[in-house]
Amino acid sequence: MRSASGSRYTLRTMALGYLALLLVLPCSMIVYYTFKDGLGPVWEALTDPAFVSALRLTLIAVGIAVPANTIFGVMCAMALVRRPPKHGTWLINSMIGLPLALSPVVVGLALILVYGQNGWFGGWLTENGIEIIFSTPGIVLATIFVTLPFVVREVIPVLREVGTDQDEAAWTLGASRAQTFWRITLPAIRWGVAYGVVLTTARALGEYGAVAVVSGRLAGKTETLTLHVDEAYLRLDEVAAYTTSLVLALLAVLTLVAMNVFKPRTHKEVADVDRSPPGHEALR
Amino acid sequence: MPARAGRSRRAGGLVLGLSTAYLTLIVLIPIAAVVASSFEGGLSAFWDEVTSPSAVAALELTFVASLLVVLVNAVTGTLIAWVLVRDDFRGKSVVNAIIDLPFALPTVVAGLTLLAVYGPKSPLGVDVAYSRAAIVVALLFVTLPFVVRAVQPVLLELDREMEEAAASLGSRPVTTFRRIILPNLLPAILSGAALSFGKAVGEFGSVVLISGNIPFDTEVASVHIFKSIEGDNPAGAAAVSVVLLVLSFAVLAVADVLERRSRRHDA
Repeated sequence: MRSASGSRYTLRTMALGYLALLLVLPCSMIVYYTFKDGLGPVWEALTDPAFVSALRLTLIAVGIAVPANTIFGVMCAMALVRRPPKHGTWLINSMIGLPLALSPVVVGLALILVYGQNGWFGGWLTENGIEIIFSTPGIVLATIFVTLPFVVREVIPVLREVGTDQDEAAWTLGASRAQTFWRITLPAIRWGVAYGVVLTTARALGEYGAVAVVSGRLAGKTETLTLHVDEAYLRLDEVAAYTTSLVLALLAVLTLVAMNVFKPRTHKEVADVDRSPPGHEALR
Repeated sequence: MPARAGRSRRAGGLVLGLSTAYLTLIVLIPIAAVVASSFEGGLSAFWDEVTSPSAVAALELTFVASLLVVLVNAVTGTLIAWVLVRDDFRGKSVVNAIIDLPFALPTVVAGLTLLAVYGPKSPLGVDVAYSRAAIVVALLFVTLPFVVRAVQPVLLELDREMEEAAASLGSRPVTTFRRIILPNLLPAILSGAALSFGKAVGEFGSVVLISGNIPFDTEVASVHIFKSIEGDNPAGAAAVSVVLLVLSFAVLAVADVLERRSRRHDA
């Protein structure tokens, strides 16, 4: 018995040690480096116009990408579960999975090839004076692309689970299609939608690679929070880089909390443990 | 009623149509542009770009580093899942929750913090910055959740009677793990490993600060693509992108098959 509990402690120490070195220590360094020189520089970093503008741009991207992909996600899940098309389901499914499998840099490249100066729509856009690449719309499009799968992938299994009995009852009793959706379907899937929205928001806040390619990186203009971290680090303004990182990390922790609140409710039958990680589930 | 049903069918068609249009505009057209651009100069131009020495070096590095990361993950991920399911200690639920942190934390922030711990100013005295080891560390960080979260549910549902039977027949714990538990976990481990590989191959944000991006040494495929775009060589960028695209699709397909097999196993 002694050797059994001995090996138990060995395994525990190894697992926790690995996590401490890889996860906990690095993340606590963000806090340490942010407040290394006291609160003054932190306040300066937070009120720097470049930071404020980066925060604004990130919020704009999140504010457009999250509602757009939520509406799309619910609609697409409804179509795929309730009225699956006879042909082409595999194509729709692989397009939904693609943004997760793709390197974010490739996403940026793809947008440049379509909307850039020499891109497919480039000529028409230039003629009409519309700027997408190196400007806010490009950043928004990149964010929409990388966050597209989360809501739809979360809602599909929940819709399958709730079935159509209640909808049919409402329909038989004379409710309109819209009434059925708002009063029956949406409340039934709301936790799945909420979980998807949390994942979408987290990914949108943190997107870096795709945005880095299409932004053009004009400080104070086309820089998001993640790009601001990078830019501040490269001009050796450590406090600004770490302060912005801390803001993003706090948002990440908030996401974790929200995930742990919503996740158990989407799958009531599995109470004890997350069935799979967010990225993982969405990848299926 | 027939009129109502007809209207409802039309509305259903509209929902599907709008969804497909959105997908086409956001995903399909841009990806088609990448593929088209990579073959703009014909097959030989594509081949030249993909086999250029710097592209080959970047792809090779990415492939080898990802493979290494997957092997480490298979072991550490299973270990962590084991401790989270079979062990009990104070703060376990917190440890369970922070496993998802690499997913929630922006990759560039991950890169910056790893540089703080494993860079020139390392408090541990371990400086791997701008080396290939740094790439492995960054990839280990971002892929941490996959194997853990794949193995955890399977381990949780695993019937313990067989283990107890083995133990009562005098089997040593190591033998029981190797002969009884591991075969049951293997599909889940492989499926998590495949997902880790897919993520590692395309990773950019966490690698770009810590690797130094030295061509022929620490430049991974996604950084190579990034530099090609900046250097105004979109066709070259697109060619390497297509290689990554094919690779990620293959990995996703493998993960899907393994995932299904692992679910059948524990059913």
